[in-house]
Amino acid sequence: MTDTTLSMPVQVAPRGRRIRLSVIGDHFVLILGALFMMAPIYMTLTTASHENLTIHREGLQFLFGGELLNNFDAAMFGQGGFSGEITGMSMLKNSLILGMGFALGKIVLSMMAAYAIVYFRLRFATFAFWVIFTTLLLPLEVRIVPSYEVITGLGLANTYTGLIVPLLASATGTFFFRQYFLSIPEELVEAARIDGAGPVKFFIDILVPLSRTMIAAIFIVMFVYGWNQYLWPTLITTDEGLYTLVRGIKQIRQSLAESNQIPAYGQAMALSIIAILPPVLIVVFLQNWFIKGLVESDK
Amino acid sequence: MATVRLSNISKTYPNGAKAVHPTSFDIADGELIVLVGPSGCGKSTLLRMVAGLEDITTGELSIGERIVNTLDPAERDIAMVFQNYALYPHMTVGKNMAYGLKNRGIDKATIAAKVDTAAQMLNLTEYLDRRPSQLSGGQRQRVAMGRAIVRDPALFLFDEPLSNLDAKLRNQMRIEIRALQRRLNTTAMYVTHDQVEAMTMADRIVVLNGGQVEQIGTPSEIYRAPASTFVASFMGAPPMNLIPAHYNGNGTVAVGSLSLPIARPADHKGEVVLGIRPEDATIGGTTPFKLDLIEELGANRLLHGTIDGNAFTVNAPNDDQPLATDLTLSLPNDTLHLFHGESGVRL
Repeated sequence: MTDTTLSMPVQVAPRGRRIRLSVIGDHFVLILGALFMMAPIYMTLTTASHENLTIHREGLQFLFGGELLNNFDAAMFGQGGFSGEITGMSMLKNSLILGMGFALGKIVLSMMAAYAIVYFRLRFATFAFWVIFTTLLLPLEVRIVPSYEVITGLGLANTYTGLIVPLLASATGTFFFRQYFLSIPEELVEAARIDGAGPVKFFIDILVPLSRTMIAAIFIVMFVYGWNQYLWPTLITTDEGLYTLVRGIKQIRQSLAESNQIPAYGQAMALSIIAILPPVLIVVFLQNWFIKGLVESDK
Repeated sequence: MATVRLSNISKTYPNGAKAVHPTSFDIADGELIVLVGPSGCGKSTLLRMVAGLEDITTGELSIGERIVNTLDPAERDIAMVFQNYALYPHMTVGKNMAYGLKNRGIDKATIAAKVDTAAQMLNLTEYLDRRPSQLSGGQRQRVAMGRAIVRDPALFLFDEPLSNLDAKLRNQMRIEIRALQRRLNTTAMYVTHDQVEAMTMADRIVVLNGGQVEQIGTPSEIYRAPASTFVASFMGAPPMNLIPAHYNGNGTVAVGSLSLPIARPADHKGEVVLGIRPEDATIGGTTPFKLDLIEELGANRLLHGTIDGNAFTVNAPNDDQPLATDLTLSLPNDTLHLFHGESGVRL
């Protein structure tokens, strides 16, 4: 981020400052909260390091065992499912495609919708905006049966298109971009007009670069949201080759449990860790952008 | 470089509000014309119509030889400097200046040369790689100027370019803009609500009020012979004293019990408004003046008081002498302005 101009002031606590009791209290609460939130992840990790038999007999494990690498290896590269076609890697790939397609698609779509609403003298622009906004009241879960009908009718079941496209319309994204565009000074648009920038050039040369922190913030939210999609992928993908991690974990465990074997707990736990990682990494690495997108306008 | 001709330009908004009544004037080649007036007088609307940012309801606008009514702003061969600079925050100074040229498809070497020349002219060379947010207000204003200069337009448009700057910088930039415009000899249209800016910068001033032109003239014409009470009170600081009076046609004006001779007779008899610039009245004379308050300005001082019950201000040289509350003033008869009692038009 070499182009950051308003760098956040870094608060450096003066050395040797007396630590006040309230600070200790605050940190105690924070650390306790962090531990509480982290504990399940820790236990997932420790449990993933044991043999299925041990887990089956003794339940969740608190200490590390010796099977961590084997379980991860099996989870990621071992063949699974009924068909034996899916591996952790293929599910990871599907999840990434879903997360990326979901986030990028939503951003492109909602940005263009907001652009149309804010900058073009459309008839009923405000009305159109509110219509888009009220779709917040109709999440996928409400319209899932008709959506399924439409997608299968179009022959898009078991395709990435069918997986991603029905989820793309985003009232939230449109709303955020609209508010942001409204805060961009009118003179900037006029200056661009005088500089000979048409609608497309203005969008690409001015609006997109100006919105980059906003785009990053929305990307994070939407990627995590898309990554965690469960219901729609479960419905629309029956082909195991299109399974995402989030739904695959359950499938692996279930499919093995239905045959007379001990469920592959270790692998499921390993996959859970894998499934947690990308959203966490994205948030960790992009959190600066995320915060900037929410608090700073850089105009 | 071009002459600009406005003939019967008017603006009516879709809701029926008339922002600008039919207005006609020409701007000569290389002339800087200032549109001045209180807020809401239509001066910005007029400028924006010339820029093409606002549709022209009626009338004809030509820049150079072309009638540009329906042309896009980019095709009108103009450049505009905005009040809040309107620089692209994500682009460097150099790119800000180059953007308009880039969109016109001019080759990179030419653009670079033009940007360099403009940057040198404006002392911006060392800032070319900075972003607008890293610059001070005055520097940003200069970048905005640079963006206008590189386009080498037929007409500069300035929309209150100095009102975001502090007073000291404003004076400095005023001179810089004027000098630059002279040097480039580019026709310019400049909007301001600040009468000092208008007086100091303009070749000619257009005074607007309520969407109508009150007067068009050189700064000294506007100052010496304001066309109406509005112009008289708007232009000049402190404003002209305006006193209701009666004119009976015999060469004197009656203000209450006072009788003041005027230099030249007027056609209108009856109620008039008598105007006297504060700097034209001098202490010591025959007109009684009751002093209420003194404002010290350093070299001068403003004496606020009343003549026969009417508020009156005198701008007198500061001689540090204490003044009595009851003074007499001399009001030279060739400095008295007469306006129609009802319409406010100069007689």
